[in-house]
Amino acid sequence: MDTSSQDGVLKVENLYYSFSENDLDVQVLSGVSLLAKKGEITSIVGPSGCGKSTLLYLMGLLDHADSGKISMDGQEMQDLNDRKRTVIRNQKIGFVFQFHFLIKELNALENIRLPLLKSGTDRKLADDKALELISELGLEDKWNRPAYKLSGGEQQRVAIARSLVNSPSYLLADEPTGNLDSKNSEMVFDLLLKFAREKGIAVVLVTHNDKLSNLSDQTLRMMDGQILI
Amino acid sequence: MLCLELAWRFVIARKRPMILSLTGIVFGVAFFVVTQAQTSGFEKFFIRTVLGTNGAIRISDQFQDTFGRVEKISKEGSTEFFFHSREDALYREGVKQPELIREALAQFPEVLGASEILEGNGVLDTGSRKKSVEIHGIRWVDHLQTSDLSKQLILGSITDFASDQTGILLGSRLYNRLNMKIGDRIRLMGGTGTLHLRVSGVFETGVSQIDKNRAYLHFDIASSFLGRKGEGSIFQVSLHEPENAPALAVQLQSALNHRVVSWQERERVWLDVFKALRVSSAITVSCILLLSGLGMFNVFAILVIEKTRDIAILRSMGFTPRDVASIFLWQGAIVLSAGIIFGGILAFGATYLISIIPLRIRGIFSTDHFVVNWDLNHYLWGAAIAMLFVSIATWIPARRASRIEPAKIIRETL
Ligand SMILES: Nc1ncnc2c1ncn2[C@@H]1O[C@H](COP(=O)(O)OP(=O)(O)O)[C@@H](O)[C@H]1O
Ligand SMILES: [Mg+2]
Repeated sequence: MDTSSQDGVLKVENLYYSFSENDLDVQVLSGVSLLAKKGEITSIVGPSGCGKSTLLYLMGLLDHADSGKISMDGQEMQDLNDRKRTVIRNQKIGFVFQFHFLIKELNALENIRLPLLKSGTDRKLADDKALELISELGLEDKWNRPAYKLSGGEQQRVAIARSLVNSPSYLLADEPTGNLDSKNSEMVFDLLLKFAREKGIAVVLVTHNDKLSNLSDQTLRMMDGQILI
Repeated sequence: MLCLELAWRFVIARKRPMILSLTGIVFGVAFFVVTQAQTSGFEKFFIRTVLGTNGAIRISDQFQDTFGRVEKISKEGSTEFFFHSREDALYREGVKQPELIREALAQFPEVLGASEILEGNGVLDTGSRKKSVEIHGIRWVDHLQTSDLSKQLILGSITDFASDQTGILLGSRLYNRLNMKIGDRIRLMGGTGTLHLRVSGVFETGVSQIDKNRAYLHFDIASSFLGRKGEGSIFQVSLHEPENAPALAVQLQSALNHRVVSWQERERVWLDVFKALRVSSAITVSCILLLSGLGMFNVFAILVIEKTRDIAILRSMGFTPRDVASIFLWQGAIVLSAGIIFGGILAFGATYLISIIPLRIRGIFSTDHFVVNWDLNHYLWGAAIAMLFVSIATWIPARRASRIEPAKIIRETL
């Protein structure tokens, strides 16, 4: 198979996931398949508890599926060991969550450059890249603010910058606008769209916001652990 | 280094609990060093007194027989070593042929000096006061090589004693008891008659039994006074390495066929007391470090809980469980290093201050202030014990941190 055509493609096939609680097996995902393409925003919508976040964690290699396949750039992920999965998380995947998860002891710039420093990038280069993103996100004058002194919208933008700084191929965003007002929500969405288009990132966006999902390239509706056609 | 940097940022962001942990280590290390400096200071001082007064090794009574002799025979049938069981052997008081002993001792390179001493009793009479004394007949040149007598002189001088055949050196307490002055005439009675002597000096060893009873005379004078010509003396031996006295004593004992006692054996009771003090204070003070370790464990356990989300996000961006653990271990290392450095500085200052506290001690040694021992080993031991407790106190929370499942935390946060 021609792998170049799979570059930037995130493919999920027949994914199953369950957990047990009080000796009961709870099925969260029952055969989910999807395809997210580079340069596009794929939205996932559905009622709360239907398994959207679970799907995202599996795609982000933060958790293990019971069965099914996940491949990125044509490479299958489900059987990799933890070490390799960690490296791939660092190199290929960016996460944005509903909560920004910034480290409050660090300022905006220091938060943003963390994944770069982790991957061994030279400090000067890391700072340059982080600053570049900071200005693209309109936070030039706040780069040295402690994270906790930023507004909610600003914090989410910093989190997006952090997820993008290592030039990932895939950006997984779990209700990134869930805590923001509509103005900030649209701003965040526009940023995601801009980065998807400009940098050729495949964005998977879980959202409750119909307006945003309608602006996406592809919208998948989930219900009870399955994607409706 | 990234993990160290994060650790540093986390530490300085939590000043109060970290300073509290730090304080525990600082005081623990400092107390450890200070108590060791004191106990080992007194111990060393005692040893110096003992060596300076009675030498490293004393050779006395000749063995009369080989009864109770224990031998070890090698496979070839030759004697590897043997020693005389002191309980069973019969002694003849004093050294038999001092010249031979002296010659034999010269063959041992470990021996620094040997002083032949003739011991006996007499009564000193000033005219108004009488006091029985233990006479030590010495050859002053030899004796200075095996003792600190010249340093112990508090009145008079050794040259004065050397130039006067009728000179006598008195222990300080004896001197006070007799109410004498340097240069005064005094009579020594007993033995073969009465001697007329002149007080040429006063010494203070600090050991009250000695300062109360001992007097030094010239060897020949003592020998004729006691009526013992060329026999019955003992040898006091000094060594280049006094620590090695026990082994050499065993060797000398079999070579010379005389009873040979090292200072370690002679002073065992006191040495054991000092050792017990040193160990018990080390244990007590280690408890302070243990407590600060417990406090630190608490701080770090809470810290890990507080940092759960940060850990989850770090894992999601490519930090390994090891990286996460190292962030916490580094925090422990930062506090530990600072604790050891400041603890060492505090210990150094406190040891100095204690060393100038006035404290008068007489009895087993003589001092007018606290005696301290400056020893790098105390600092190293204090640091090692602190390191042990802090390692445990941070390792357990760090391991817990490394096991945090990012998906679980993120799911529960949403
Ligand atoms: N490993 C797990 N352990 C316990 N509960 C889980 C686990 N995985 C998923 N769940 C539960 O499954 C349900 C579906 O989760 P989620 O994927 O978060 O749904 P959504 O994001 O669509 O709201 C939730 O109630 C969640 O708590
Ligand atoms: Mg969710």
